[in-house]
Amino acid sequence: MFLLPRRSLRRSPSFTGCNMEKKTVLRKPKGFIDVYKHKPGAEKDRTHYCPGCGHGILHKLIAEALEDFDLVEKTIIISPVGCSVFAYYYFHTGNLQVAHGRAPAVASAVSRANPDSVVISYQGDGDLAAIGGNNINQAANRGENMAVFFVNNAIYGMTGGQMAPTTLEGQKTTTTPYGRNVKTDGYPIQVCELINTFTAPVYVTRTSLQDMANIRKTRTAVRKAIMNAKEKKGFSFVEVLSMCPSGWKKDSLQSQQWIKENMVPRFPLGVFRDVSEEAETVERPVPVMDTEEVKKIFGYSDFKASTIQKNTEANFKKISLRVSGFGGQGIMSTGIVLANVGMEYGYNVSWLPSYGPEMRGGTANCSVKIQEDTIGASEVTEPNMIIAMNQPSLEKFEKIMVPGGALMYNSTLIDIEPTRNDVDIYKIPITGIADELGDTRVQSMVGVGAFAAITGLFDPEEIVSLIPSLFAGKPDKVLNMNEEAVRKGYDYVTENYSV
Amino acid sequence: MSESRKYPFPEIDSDICKGCKLCIEACPTNVLVISEKLNSKGFHYAEYIGEGCVGCGNCFYTCPEPSAVTVYLKDYVPEEVS
Ligand code: SF4
Ligand code: SF4
Ligand code: SF4
Repeated sequence: MFLLPRRSLRRSPSFTGCNMEKKTVLRKPKGFIDVYKHKPGAEKDRTHYCPGCGHGILHKLIAEALEDFDLVEKTIIISPVGCSVFAYYYFHTGNLQVAHGRAPAVASAVSRANPDSVVISYQGDGDLAAIGGNNINQAANRGENMAVFFVNNAIYGMTGGQMAPTTLEGQKTTTTPYGRNVKTDGYPIQVCELINTFTAPVYVTRTSLQDMANIRKTRTAVRKAIMNAKEKKGFSFVEVLSMCPSGWKKDSLQSQQWIKENMVPRFPLGVFRDVSEEAETVERPVPVMDTEEVKKIFGYSDFKASTIQKNTEANFKKISLRVSGFGGQGIMSTGIVLANVGMEYGYNVSWLPSYGPEMRGGTANCSVKIQEDTIGASEVTEPNMIIAMNQPSLEKFEKIMVPGGALMYNSTLIDIEPTRNDVDIYKIPITGIADELGDTRVQSMVGVGAFAAITGLFDPEEIVSLIPSLFAGKPDKVLNMNEEAVRKGYDYVTENYSV
Repeated sequence: MSESRKYPFPEIDSDICKGCKLCIEACPTNVLVISEKLNSKGFHYAEYIGEGCVGCGNCFYTCPEPSAVTVYLKDYVPEEVS
């Protein structure tokens, strides 16, 4: 009742693995993480992919090759946006998940920074051929040393089956309910053909997961591309026609059939280019970082290291500050000045603006860190200090302060009282002080002066001495007014609070 | 698994299997079938009928679920697993 094995199968088949030893068992490759601990939820023993999805097959071929060539430790996989966004749950390699379409750009950087790594860019059709279309072209053209695995399933799977760049003519998707119309939607993009127009790529091939023979050809292509990356041969591109049973509303076997009948005529299979053998090793010039030259370029030839002494008695040893207010209240410049002064004092500093609709009258804010240790994330999510210049800012940011912090708010414009009673409150008429000096715009420097007094980190006269360089090019009148604003802000705090 | 089993043979994790049937289609000797039973996720899982496997590896390579299929080949020696 069984079909007889085909002739070739009567011989015992052999599979070679690590160091070309013969495999005696085919099991989950070591290129995969044993238990998918990064995957949320209870099912840490299986993938999130739909039944019959081609991603799992290609994942397995990659993971097997990495194990067989002993490259798991040396590999960095860049995952895209799309169904395979979670590739990092599964591969036991270095992983980066990047912005939509940008995998080839990030992979280029990773490859240049770590020339001895095997860098893989894993992308789907929406990611690679639509939003990331230019990224893949530029990386191919530069001949970056990487292996690109391009899963073409002619649809946006993750978002529910919309038309992709590779959707076939006449193919029905949720956004082409009457079928893709070339008059309005253009033609399916043939990416291998496109990549093959560049001079640099060494290996360009299109394979398919439509049946066993083609899965094995895909396996060969995967191994060659990964080998090329290992041997620094340059840019290898493997397009894989792959089933998306969910998006296509077919079962897995019908999906394989659909590839055969519909995709292959438009996306012919085969090797477009293979110069892997003769390709020369990619050797990039080592970048030269001549600090003297850099100083000259930026006009810092005469720059001298700061000699300002830190205040070891300061109330705050480490600042995580949010400055917030209306656009136009000098929010960003308060942050920049504080970060710059901190830098002059020899601290590690960061400044991170948050723009957005705020530019048109809402709340603008920035994060500032000033500390001895190296800074990791520059966004301040748990401030130990805030400067609130308007009411929405006070309401928004007092909530996220850590207990014991310092809350400074602009009493000229804020009528309400802070609700927190586990932080030190500094009620300062910041805008009012600036107006008295004759220009509302200097309110940011009033805040800077008050900051110096509250934290004890900076000497107001040191800040004043830095103003000419911080406001380089501004007329003396403006400089003087800003200097005065620093002193006034500082004095207001020392006169009204015991700090 | 019992020591007396005849190599090669496939082992399918019935709980991990998503019942896509790709392995059944790919098996040249038709020794894989879909079970009438459901697993805990509600899939009819693939099963080996117990004999006739030639160790071609097709089911392993076509299965999209990394740990659903293991194929013990002809020369497999159980002691390898420590
Ligand atoms: S939607 Fe399509 S591509 Fe995405 S996991 Fe499901 S079958 Fe795979
Ligand atoms: S190894 Fe080959 S013969 Fe054996 S069960 Fe799998 S597909 Fe069938
Ligand atoms: S290919 Fe894998 S998931 Fe699909 S039926 Fe076979 S064992 Fe199950």
